[in-house]
Amino acid sequence: MKEKTLSYLILLGLVLSFCIYTKDTYGLSEAFKENIYPVGKLKPIDSQLKVKVGDRAPVFTLPSISGERISLSQYRGKKNVVLSFVPAAWTPVCSDQWPGYNIAKDLFDQHETILLGITVDNLPTLFAWTNQMGKLWFPVLSDFWPHGKVAKTYGVLRSDGTSERALFVIDKKGIIHYIDVHDINKRPPLEDLMGALERLKIPSLHHSLPSLAP
Amino acid sequence: MKKIIFLILLVLTFPFLGFPSNKPPEKGESFPSIQLPIPKHPSEKAYLGLSGEGLFKIPQMKAKVLIIEIFSMYCPHCQKDAPGVNELYDRIEKNPDLKGKIKLIGIGVGNTPFEVEMFKKTYQIPFPLFPDRDYLLHKAFGEVRTPYFMVGKIKEDGTSEIVHTQLGGYPGAEAFLELVQKVSGLK
Repeated sequence: MKEKTLSYLILLGLVLSFCIYTKDTYGLSEAFKENIYPVGKLKPIDSQLKVKVGDRAPVFTLPSISGERISLSQYRGKKNVVLSFVPAAWTPVCSDQWPGYNIAKDLFDQHETILLGITVDNLPTLFAWTNQMGKLWFPVLSDFWPHGKVAKTYGVLRSDGTSERALFVIDKKGIIHYIDVHDINKRPPLEDLMGALERLKIPSLHHSLPSLAP
Repeated sequence: MKKIIFLILLVLTFPFLGFPSNKPPEKGESFPSIQLPIPKHPSEKAYLGLSGEGLFKIPQMKAKVLIIEIFSMYCPHCQKDAPGVNELYDRIEKNPDLKGKIKLIGIGVGNTPFEVEMFKKTYQIPFPLFPDRDYLLHKAFGEVRTPYFMVGKIKEDGTSEIVHTQLGGYPGAEAFLELVQKVSGLK
């Protein structure tokens, strides 16, 4: 046998053993069938936050899959906002995250909160992907071009051009109250986010925030 | 040369050595030997024929046939199927020949108790659901995708036998109940 053939065989063996035993615990839903791209285990966090709790949330306007352009400022004085950045369409954990929020509309409503889902994917990809989740009640925004500009502004753009799995809770005045840049490999528990929304109701918290006089 | 051949063999057998593959239990085998917490709610406790507190094993449930749905609050098909699975429960409970014989539980993989409660409330699910936050039960069930249905007989001697499994493709309450009765010999 030629050495070349042998090395190919070794390579094949390695690739096979990798493919078979790299298993994702998330992205389990049968809804996506075989369309989820296995990403394996990733570096939990790969960016540096540029905002902190108490800061005014950087404003942005992004296109959404419904065709409407959505601005953060349009909710000012009307609704609290949850920004849910997920790394990329068709990846394991993300495909499992928004469908859960989709049945939690009542909880968001109770807290006078709108959810904005954001990824760095382009609109057609986002459209096809979110169609697998059923009808979503919240806007899905594309931070595709200039690539990941909003993610970068918040400091959640990873070095490979995807974004972190990050949650930001912004109150009606546009102030950031809660940040969870989660381990990208795991799904944030719903109660943590709901706890953060619950705390928006406590007025004392507002007073403890740094003054925002210009 | 011999070294290389040895290396190939090593590489090829490597997967079988280090990581035993985790397969879901199949037809003919028994339910995984897991322990679940006895539900707090009296009606759920009564439904499963359990008393007291602590943990119980599957064959301790008072049933001839048990249907287990492995689901996740985050799974769109589980959400879509939820009303149909509720209807299955209703059909069983309304049929005097089946009530008490066929029982239904759900296991929410990767779901916290809060998330399972969310799912239960949203779809008004009448049968007991168990959270599996750390995927431990999920491992015991062979890390199946969701929704996954497992039907098994619980025998008087405390053993069990799986008679049907399926991934997705829930055919609706009527057809599924028909199937359950057939494979479990209740019909």
